[in-house]
Amino acid sequence: MRTIPGSFLISWLRCGQRLGSGRWFLSAILVGIVAAVALPLAAQESPYIVTYDHYLEEPGSLEVEYFSTFGTQRGGNDFHAFWAEFEYGATAWWTTEIYLDGQTTFSDSTIFTGFRLENRFRLLRQEHFINPVLYIEYEHTSGADKILKEVEGHDVEADYLDPNAVARQEHDHEIETKLLLSKTFRGWNIAQNTIVTKNVSPGEPWEFGYALGASRPLGLKASIHRCSFCPENFIAGVEMYGGLGDRYSFGLHDTSHYLSPVVAWNLPSDWTLRLAPGFGLNDNSHRFLLRWGVSREFSGFGSAVSRLFGGRK
Amino acid sequence: MSLSLCAILLSSCLGIAAAQSEHSKFKNDALVYAELAKAPQKAVNRHNPLEKDPDAVLAGGKLFDLHCAECHGEMAEGTKKGPSLRVDPVQQATPGTLFWLLTNGVVRRGMPVWSKLPEPQRWQLVSYIKSLTPAKKAVSDTGTSPQ
Repeated sequence: MRTIPGSFLISWLRCGQRLGSGRWFLSAILVGIVAAVALPLAAQESPYIVTYDHYLEEPGSLEVEYFSTFGTQRGGNDFHAFWAEFEYGATAWWTTEIYLDGQTTFSDSTIFTGFRLENRFRLLRQEHFINPVLYIEYEHTSGADKILKEVEGHDVEADYLDPNAVARQEHDHEIETKLLLSKTFRGWNIAQNTIVTKNVSPGEPWEFGYALGASRPLGLKASIHRCSFCPENFIAGVEMYGGLGDRYSFGLHDTSHYLSPVVAWNLPSDWTLRLAPGFGLNDNSHRFLLRWGVSREFSGFGSAVSRLFGGRK
Repeated sequence: MSLSLCAILLSSCLGIAAAQSEHSKFKNDALVYAELAKAPQKAVNRHNPLEKDPDAVLAGGKLFDLHCAECHGEMAEGTKKGPSLRVDPVQQATPGTLFWLLTNGVVRRGMPVWSKLPEPQRWQLVSYIKSLTPAKKAVSDTGTSPQ
């Protein structure tokens, strides 16, 4: 396995240089200023990186997240893909998100690979035996996107062999829908996602995928003091995800699948750290994906924005 | 690209506007307290298994600060985002009713479901809420009774 050259910060800076303007970074700074005047909120975040449970962002809260994926590549250069995520709770039944993706392919280059606009809608008012959430996402990414936020269709490791200069010439406009089913019982969360994707370019078939997850806090009762290492601050579990072919060839052949233990550490200082080493389950999969993420939730973000533009105090 | 950015900005503005609109609904607390009356009898009759746990109120207070104070106020006195929890409709509700409401939320009125908190933590929250001193002037004119 090759070593990771440089930090994700360097990757971001290089990415900014290649964009040729500081617009994305200015946007990030503006969001940061507004977030700074909003109140931090202690999070109880799930440890999943690919799988979604049925819990949405609290209304008016903004969660700012950074995720990183280091992946091995047989027959090519290993890569470090990364994305920033801005997740906002519009209402108690609607969460909206923006993703900005990028990647570094070692011995090649660092590039911005696109954005995603995601919405999740809670379908039922109350908790039920199974809780469904509808997920709708628009993706505008290049063929060089390697964040592997989900695996679908006949995605295989060999698809990631092209040099960035070639892969970025391909542009994908995809509509991705998911049915998220989730249940929490006796501390355990069980989640299942069914993925249906359509590249809006003519002639592209519907593609399918799945993600499964199970997790549980290490402690179910809260301790009386704020603490960093209390068992209830740690949530551990496992997730599995992969492709299910497309409309013309549904099934497991020529698909890739991954199994990944996951752990989240919800710090009382309002930060959440996630770690998920993933392992490819067949020869079509990357052998190893090391994912990690850091996030912070800010409550009152919506009110802060409203006040900024002269809204009621 | 410009069109996409406009779409993103519009979506964000709509989201924030929707959140502000939803928050303003809390001016009408009676509708929120009325949700307590919707708890099924089985849930109403549930007992708090941590009722005699001396640490439950303290731990519940910590959880309240972390998850609830933003909307309900640091002293649970209520804000424009969430109603007071010191009023009669809440304080007279059974522990089981409060647990049911915490679990299911009042999604259409802006309160999220809190089933992501493990059951013992939700009972700790109930212990804390029930330990609050009732407000001097009860909101009796809401016309709702949770039990």
